[in-house]
Amino acid sequence: MAIVSLREAINQAIDEEMARDERVFLMGEEVASYQGAYKVSQGLLQKWGPMRILDTPIAEAGFAGLGVGAAMVGLRPIVEFMTWNFSLVAYDQIVNNAAKMLSMSGGNFHVPIVFRGPGGAAHGLGATHSQALESIYAHIPGLKVVMPSTCKDAKGLLKTSIRDDNPIVFIESEVMYGDKGEIPDGEYTIPLGVGEVKKTGSDVTIVSWSKILAYVVWKAVDALQEELNISIEVIDPRTIKPMDYDLIVESVKKTNRLVIVEEGWPFAGVGAQISHEVSSRAFDYLDAPVERVTQEDVPLPYAHELEVRSLPSVDKIRAAVKKVLYRD
Amino acid sequence: MNWYDDMLLVRRFEEKCAQLYGMGRIMGFCHLYNGQEAVSTGAIKAAITADDYVITAYRDHGPAISKGVDPRKILAELLGKYTGTTKGKGGSMHIFDREKNFLGGHAIVGGHIPIAAGVGFAIKYRREKKVCLCFLGDGATNIGAFHEGLNLVGLWKLPVIYIIENNKYGMGTAVERASAVDELHKKALAYNIRSEVVDGMDVLEVYKKVKAAADRAKETYEPALLEIETYRFRGHSMSDPVHGHYRSKEEVEKRKQSDPILLFADTLKEEGMATDQDFEDAEKRIKKIVEECVEFTENSPEPPIEELWKDVYFERNGA
Repeated sequence: MAIVSLREAINQAIDEEMARDERVFLMGEEVASYQGAYKVSQGLLQKWGPMRILDTPIAEAGFAGLGVGAAMVGLRPIVEFMTWNFSLVAYDQIVNNAAKMLSMSGGNFHVPIVFRGPGGAAHGLGATHSQALESIYAHIPGLKVVMPSTCKDAKGLLKTSIRDDNPIVFIESEVMYGDKGEIPDGEYTIPLGVGEVKKTGSDVTIVSWSKILAYVVWKAVDALQEELNISIEVIDPRTIKPMDYDLIVESVKKTNRLVIVEEGWPFAGVGAQISHEVSSRAFDYLDAPVERVTQEDVPLPYAHELEVRSLPSVDKIRAAVKKVLYRD
Repeated sequence: MNWYDDMLLVRRFEEKCAQLYGMGRIMGFCHLYNGQEAVSTGAIKAAITADDYVITAYRDHGPAISKGVDPRKILAELLGKYTGTTKGKGGSMHIFDREKNFLGGHAIVGGHIPIAAGVGFAIKYRREKKVCLCFLGDGATNIGAFHEGLNLVGLWKLPVIYIIENNKYGMGTAVERASAVDELHKKALAYNIRSEVVDGMDVLEVYKKVKAAADRAKETYEPALLEIETYRFRGHSMSDPVHGHYRSKEEVEKRKQSDPILLFADTLKEEGMATDQDFEDAEKRIKKIVEECVEFTENSPEPPIEELWKDVYFERNGA
């Protein structure tokens, strides 16, 4: 076991896969000379040279589409968005070209490409720079959506994503890049579509992922287990699409109560989809309606108090957990 | 006569499409290539090889035929048959053929322009001697993806030849009503890309200019933009009238005087390379091919329902 930061874990995954497969290259804004806007690609230009580590102009539609074209004829691009917010100007390329190409071409062209970068809110960045877009991308057939909450998962899942033959939306968190965690020594990968029970428990299941799990849910779990004298099971699906419903359903059959905590907006959010699946498959096991904690249904404001009030919090999770326990 | 056959096949194929569309056999949008045949024949059939790539927008039957895509499969695709180029998944606007290096058939205006940049990137990355021809309409030069794609190709010197098929109208809006610069080739100047205007009614001229640009790109990776002046003899799509309110009947009739197929026939006759008999023979050959397309299509099955869930995600068999 080694202790590395999240940015180092991601850097290692890219570096190892570039060594393994010469078709893999990385491009994006500031990934080369600048060494990465968040230093994720530090040292890669020096090691792999300018044909495989490429600074792009500020032109997301252009370089995302370039990646799709390169993937269609046999390369395996990793396209970094400085943040996922900027992917919205490349949305046509991701949705119409990357996601649909295999189906629309009747199997003629597949698109092995990884779009990656940080998503979600940081601190005080305002409405355009704070978006959790996973439900939007998970909505699109043809895309897989991956969201690690630990360094170990980030490295293993990214390596698998780079080897996958489909377009991958890989969403990291900018506030977590410096956070450290253990990763196994040597080669390892983690399959997509397989979630993990991060903590076993018996009274309530909480499903959450990425930064909200790492930063908010764990705090809530620590507080609430003691405060309410309960045992909470925590599931990290790690992959939003395909979603590991089986793991969640099995957990709910044991705990009979489910709270889903996500950073995105409530309407048609990922939690709504999980909630439906659980209602459909484990209705008789539920002792309370499924509760969701999401961001408020507003564009995220700048002012600190408003920002904090809008996002999922320990208080909101406490209220949801108490509700499914009928202790509110 | 090889080129003449290609042009005539595109023309007669599209006429058959119009007929089948009128009979309600072809659904959706269907954009015909009539009038623009010298562009696909001169640029694709004549100027590049099977190893080179072609990508285009939704007016794609002509370029696909010129790239060697089986016209029987194209017609089958238009009728939604399982034997179609994309098993009935794509339709008229989305013709693809991996074996022929035909990369579509793209229906969001301008969306394929960065894809071509990526194909050029892959060629350079692997140090191959190939080129990617990317066809686009005059209307596509106003969308962001055009400018982002051209900037990348100019910046990184990628072997892509952008071919603007300037048929004077983006649907019903004339070029000068949509673009601040109506000499569209000038847009390449902003991206340090060599550009030229080409007479798109003259197949020999198209061949010469595209060949020169393609050969240069294969040697030096230098991109180019060619504004090929052409004209569509039919409406924007089958849903539209031939002229309508945006252009006069007289204008269309006048343009038809410079029909690229008739002009090429004149040239062949003047050069003593073909006789009237040869053209009659060509009509017979092409008629037979189009009949075979119809027969193949009529005898083809519909896609099975199980096909609905296939090809959403790519899975390797045993790899």
